[in-house]
Parts: sequence; structure tokens; C-alpha cells
Amino acid sequence: MYVAVKGGERAIDAAHAWLADERRGDTGIAVLSVAQIREQLALAVNRVMAEGSLYDPDLAALAIKQSRGDLIEAVFLIRAYRTTLPRIGASTPIDTGRMDLTRRISATFKDLPGGQILGPTFDYTHRLLDFALMAEGETPASVISAPVSSPTGETGVHLAAAVPHVTGFLNRDGLIQTETPGDSTPPDLTREPMELPATRPLRLQALTRGDEGFVLSLAYSTQRGYGRTHAFVGELRIGTVAVEMDIPELGFAVQIGEVEVTECETVNQFTGSKTEPPQFTRGYGLVFGQTERKAISMSLVDRALRWQELGEDFTGAPAQDEEFVLMHADNVQATGFLEHIKLPHYVDFQAELELIRRLRREAMAEREAAE
Amino acid sequence: MTDQAYNFAYLDEQTKRMIRRAILKGIAIPGYQVPFASREMPMPYGWGTGGVQVTAACLTPDDTLKVIDQGADDTTNAVSIRKFFQRTAGVAVTEATTEATIIQTRHRIPETALTKGQILVYQVPIPEPLRFLEPRETETRKMHELEEYGLMHVKLYEDIARHGTIATSYDYPVKVEGRYVMDPSPIPKFDNPKLSDNPAIQLFGAGREQRIYALPPHTHVVSLDFDDHPFTASKAAHDCDLCAAQDSYLDEVITDDQGNRMFVCSDTDFCRSRREAGHLGRLGTPLSEVEQ
Amino acid sequence: MTVHDRTLTDQPLFQVQGLSKFYGARIGCADVSFDLYPGEVLGIVGESGSGKSTLLSCLAGHLTPDTGRVIFDTAQGPRDTVTMGEAERRRMARTDWAFVHQNPRDGLRMGVSAGGNVGERLMAIGARHYGDIRATAIDWLGRVEIAADRIDDRPRAFSGGMQQRLQIARNLVTGPRLVFMDEPTGGLDVSVQARLLDLLRGLVREMGLSAIIVTHDLAVVRLLADRLMVMKGGHVVEQGLTDQVLDDPQHAYTQLLVSSVLQV
Repeated sequence: MYVAVKGGERAIDAAHAWLADERRGDTGIAVLSVAQIREQLALAVNRVMAEGSLYDPDLAALAIKQSRGDLIEAVFLIRAYRTTLPRIGASTPIDTGRMDLTRRISATFKDLPGGQILGPTFDYTHRLLDFALMAEGETPASVISAPVSSPTGETGVHLAAAVPHVTGFLNRDGLIQTETPGDSTPPDLTREPMELPATRPLRLQALTRGDEGFVLSLAYSTQRGYGRTHAFVGELRIGTVAVEMDIPELGFAVQIGEVEVTECETVNQFTGSKTEPPQFTRGYGLVFGQTERKAISMSLVDRALRWQELGEDFTGAPAQDEEFVLMHADNVQATGFLEHIKLPHYVDFQAELELIRRLRREAMAEREAAE
Repeated sequence: MTDQAYNFAYLDEQTKRMIRRAILKGIAIPGYQVPFASREMPMPYGWGTGGVQVTAACLTPDDTLKVIDQGADDTTNAVSIRKFFQRTAGVAVTEATTEATIIQTRHRIPETALTKGQILVYQVPIPEPLRFLEPRETETRKMHELEEYGLMHVKLYEDIARHGTIATSYDYPVKVEGRYVMDPSPIPKFDNPKLSDNPAIQLFGAGREQRIYALPPHTHVVSLDFDDHPFTASKAAHDCDLCAAQDSYLDEVITDDQGNRMFVCSDTDFCRSRREAGHLGRLGTPLSEVEQ
Repeated sequence: MTVHDRTLTDQPLFQVQGLSKFYGARIGCADVSFDLYPGEVLGIVGESGSGKSTLLSCLAGHLTPDTGRVIFDTAQGPRDTVTMGEAERRRMARTDWAFVHQNPRDGLRMGVSAGGNVGERLMAIGARHYGDIRATAIDWLGRVEIAADRIDDRPRAFSGGMQQRLQIARNLVTGPRLVFMDEPTGGLDVSVQARLLDLLRGLVREMGLSAIIVTHDLAVVRLLADRLMVMKGGHVVEQGLTDQVLDDPQHAYTQLLVSSVLQV
């Protein structure tokens, strides 16, 4: 006799218990600490902060531990947490011109004020698995000392030395389009529904928290001809910047902390017309942490999406299609909807079954009648 | 963070206010999709976050909540969502449709008729009825604004030309108060007639797509069709094998390796109430303590 | 078949005043003015680069002109379509106006059957009887000489000439008052062109349509147009009755155009 399937609640509890066991893994092996993840898997932590839109390396490391290394799952945890946080206020815009530089390179000039600083990069490593890392011992301390920090200014704000941007030099000669500074506060993508057509600030927000793989592939596609923009890396800089807030009661800004960011400015193909002399155009990327690949990809896609305001043609390239890019860049939304097809859909499937049975019956009947 | 650190029903009051404003707009313009700033919720997008946000915005401590998925209270996602609200709101929960003040549902409308004062919250994956005919949001928005629904009827025409009948069995588009074409969520078309002139408030939440829409009580809702190919609310031509109901939507269950099958009410509460009242189907037996 | 009453009226259907469109310093079209009366067909000829396509796009509302007014005699009286809101213009484009594209693919839904293509405008204005819609579609397919048994085929399966005829049926089924045509015979074989022109001429007369036809082919205007505008470099260099302009061209460029056409 048929008994309806019940026990969903017990199944869920058992599944969660098993999950906790799997997460811990072999109990004969040392537990992974949040501090270890934060320190030794910093690039994963950076990605989770960037896509989670929350700067907190400890929380990001915790999310990675809890999600068993599934970074999109970790981003989801961070985002869900972020939603619950009270908003005290907004900082002033960060000044990337005053950055404690860890890394700073430009592909457009051999040398420039501030220098080319290689920084801790994988770029010139040979990709050979280092089996010495499998041994549990310590690696010898490096001989490079930490960069000297700048003296504190009078107001109590920690002032990094100003290192001018390459685009600043090009701008002085009028060679690159000026970005007009604005006073208005940009809308917050996490507080307002996405509306299309989008403004550039909204696009940049969506890109910086968009999936790194998706943005990377779109950027790659522009390099291969799908909306080519002839990008040069004018400037890539990584380092810490001060975060400041205006306190009305004090009448001045106070530094409340610092964040590490990666900033990329690309110099792209020039526009111009009979009346306007040609100028280089720009792409921009800004991401939490040392997150180079994402920052560079972001600036290429940003530039591709500016085709309309620069008077270029829409070639049908995916990276130029604002709605396509912005609606599909969010990996938490994407995975949620993708994975939802695992949920029961048998009611709708039943409706389709009935329909297809009926249509087949009618088609068979017609065929028999014809014979 | 402990559960006590969360606000009643998880969302902070500002967010609830924002959602309620969207709901009120939706009620004022039946069938119109109101954009809202969907929040990240602790369950994934696509798993009912829109419905959960709408329910959270409506809940008061005195409410009694019912959550169903595919018509059943005990499917995993319904269990998960009900537990979420028990933890974060502490409201009374029930499986009985008649006792609930708020019902959150995925893919079904309960068989038991709803009454004035009840709220039915639908989980919606894709709120835009024209989405698969026109992928661009910028374009579909204009089509709604200008009442340009020709494309929708073209699709129905094509179905009849190809299959002899309209080939949509669920997610069947409707016209609301003669103005907006609306997606009723993936309920089977069998449920469509219940949308119209319903004494309850019906709210639709799409979290990932960031839209809320609504049908106030006693709204006139018509399923799209042609005069000579009228809409029919069809279902499998069987009675429920457990409770003998003739007019309830049925699940098909394969019972053995030979492919034998039986049909049972998708609405588990409805089926159980009928059996408690003594109605028995072909394979039904009186309810014993074992099953309850 | 309906015969529309081509009564003379004082009110032009379509009035264009001082229309110009520039691309930076380059002239798209400059200072174009004309009136069009109900039932009249106007041909706009010129070589590529003459500005005729730009002009047509401005007239049909696909491009915004830089100067000028485009006044259409709507049911609510004469209205300047340039300043009209988008909602209204789109509504007009579905009912009072029609646009036949040079490439039929631009004017058809390639993934929808021929019947669906013809029926769409009817359904958009409220037709709700499947049988009637289908009958009207079959009737129109007949009028454009497409066999009724092709009604459920997709345009992909049609030849270029058939696709163009389908596009015409799709546009005319709701009886618009003004039809824009952009090189309607472009890309078709000569014999197919001839057939299409005959068809168009018949339909225009029958339905009392007004039309504005852009073409580089003088044979098209000879057959279809009552009046003619010759364009060169964005300017209108000559206009008048078709036969007069073609038989007795005044402007040097028109003379050149006319004399270069092979006299077969």
C-alpha cells in the first residue's frame, strides 16, 4: 500500500550532519585555522572579499573554511552576512594616488616617476610544482625587507607619498580623454534594483563584484576580436589606501582604517572626428585586495561597454552588450538559479506529461485515420 | 551571531518598509511588476528568496504560517523555509490551509478555497511573461508600457498551427483587469482559474530578478487564448487513488519496476482532510496513527 | 477586395518642412520639404551616398533629424512626429504606418511561420479568433502570390522574392495609410523584380495607399511613383511629376541619371 513520502525534515538534518563531517575531513589531520587561510590563501580571501563586496579578511577566511573551499559558496556567506550589517555612513572616495605601493607597473612607458615595482607576483615564476612545499617544514625567511612607510602627517591621517598616475601625464598633454569628476553620489547596486540602461558607476559596481571567470572570459573575447579596444595597461597598482570619513562634529575627516586594493587603468584606442582631434580612451578597474586578473579584466570590459558614449558601433560582441554582461555577471545569482533546477519540479513536469501524451494520441489518431 | 541578534523575521525594519512599499504599489497596479532592491538572503537565489522576503515583510507575531512546495508541506525546500521562519520569527506554523493566515507556495495554489484575510505568497523564478520571446528587459518593459502584446499571441498562434492546441501547460500567461499580461509563476494551468476573483490577497515575489507584483482580492484575471481555442484548465483524467477526489491536481507516482503507476493529490493537506472525512479512493485505506 | 475612395482633399497626409540631418560636418540630408497627399506615391531617387536612405530613416522616425518638422495627419489631426513621444510613435508604426525593409529579414520574424508573421499586426490590435486570423493570413498570402500551403512554413524556407512578398503582406494586412519602402526590389533577380513591382502597383492602387519609395532604380519609380524627388549629396536637386522629370530632366545630374539608364 502506498505511503506518501515523508521525512524531509529528518533528511535535511542528517544531510547537514554528514556535511559537517565531510567538512572536517580526516580527524587525524590538523584542523585548518581561519588565520592560516587568511595568511596563506590570501588570494582566495581577496577574491571572496571582492565578490562579496565586504572588506574583512578574517570573515572571508572563515567563509572559505565553512564552505570547504567552494569560493562561490563563500561569497554567498559573506553577502548574506553583509546584508545584516547596519550602515553607519559612507567614507570619502579613496585616493589611489596616495597608496602604499606593493606593486606598480605600466606597460606604456619603460620608466616613469614612482618607478616600476614588480612586487610579489607570480608573473615571472616558472610554473613548476614545488614539491618542497609538500613537506611540512618552514620555508627560509626572505631577505627582502618590508617597504618603508611614510611619516605621519600633522592631522593624524597616515599619508602615503603621492605617486602620480600615468593617465595624469597623458591627460596633461590632452592625449587621453578626461574623466569629468562628478559631485553626485553613485547609486548603490546592493540597495537599489538594477535598472537598465545602466550608468557607468552601476556598471563598474556590477563588474567589481561580478564573477572573476565571467569577466575574464569577456575581457579575453575583446582581445580576440569580439569588440576589440586595443588595450594597453597604462597603470596597474596594488597597495593599501586610507579609508576616511567626514565627521561633521569634528569638522574634518578621520582615518578609520585602510584597505588593500588593486587598480588598473587601461589606455585604449583613440577616437576622434573631423572636428575633434583624436584622444586615447580609458578603461577602469578597481577591486579589493591583490586581485590583478580581475582588475585588468574589469577595465577591458568597462571600456567595451562604453562604446555608445564614445560614438562607436555596436558590433554585436557579448562584451558590448550591457544587459547581457550585467545580468549574468553575478555568480551568486547565477549559481542560485542554476542549482534551483535540482528542486522538485514534478508538478510542472506532470503538466507537460499530460500535454505531450495528449498531443501524441492525437497525432497517432490522425496518422491512423490517414492510412 | 545568535538567532536573537536577528530582527523579527530576519529582515531589518527599513528593508521591510521598502518591500511593503513595493507590495502596495503592486496592489495598486494589479499585474504590474514593481522593481525592488532584493536583499541577499541566507538561502540561494532561485530557491524562494523573493517569496521569503515578501512573507517576512508581511509577517506579524500573531500570524500562522503554512509553506508548501509542489503542493506538499513536507518537501525539502518547504521544510527548510518553514524552519527558517520558525527560527527567525517564532510564528505558529500549520499544515492546514484553513488555519493559515499566510501561505507561501511554490508551483501550486491550494485546492481548498482561500478566504478573506488570507495572504498567498508565490515564489516566482522568471517574472516576465515575455522573457522567452524577447530576452531584453529594456524591450519588454516598453512592451508592457505600450500594451504591445502581439508577440504573446503570436506564440499562442504558432502553438495551434503546429500542435493544434496551445502548448503551454504551466506558467500560463494571464491578463489582469484587462491591462497587464502577467506571469502567474509556474503553477500548472489547472490552477489558473483560482487566480481570478479570489478573496485572498495574492503576492508574487521574484528575488533574483528583483520584482514584486500582486493581485488584490477579487481581481479579474483571464488566461490568454483565442475565441475559437478557449483556455481549458485540464489535468490528468483520473481520480485520486487515495481520497477519490475528482477535481484535484494529481501527482503521478511510479509504484514498481514494471512501471505501474498511481495518481494522488498533489495537495497533501487537501487529500488528508478528505480521507479524514471518510472519502476513500481505489487504493485508499482509512488513516491510521502509523501514517500521521 | 476593398477599393478605397481616392477623393481629393485639401489636407496633405504627410508634410515635411526643412528636414536636415548632419553627421558632424557631413551632410546626411539638407533642407528637404515636400507634401504628400492621400493616395500619392513619391519616389526618392539618387545614387548611394545621395542621402536618400538617411532621409527615409528620418521620415519614418528611425533617426532623429537635426532640424525640421514631419507632420502626419493622425486621427487626432496633424501632429509633428519628430516631437511625438515614443509611445505614440510606436503605436502609429503598428497601425497607420508600415515600413518595408530592403532586406526582408529585417522586416520579418524569421523564427515565426508565414501565417504568424502576417497575423501579428492583427493580433496586436486585438484580433482574437484563430480561424479568422488564419483566414485573413491565407487571403493575404494569396494576394501576394504565395501558395496557401506555405502558411505554416518559416521565412527561412522561402526564396528572396517570396520573403519580400511576405514582408509586404505583413505590413499591409492592417491597412496602413502610409507605407515607407527602402529599395523594395534590391537584391532580387530582374524577373522577380518585375513581378514584385506589378504586385505593388496593384496593391497601392487597390488600397489607395500613400507611399514613399527610396530607390536607385529609375524603372521602379517609373512604374510606381506619381511624383519624384532626385537627390544628390544630401540635397534635393529636382522634383516634380515622375513622367515630367524623367522625360524632360532639367538639372544636369538628373539628365545624367536618366541618360545612364540602359534603354532596353
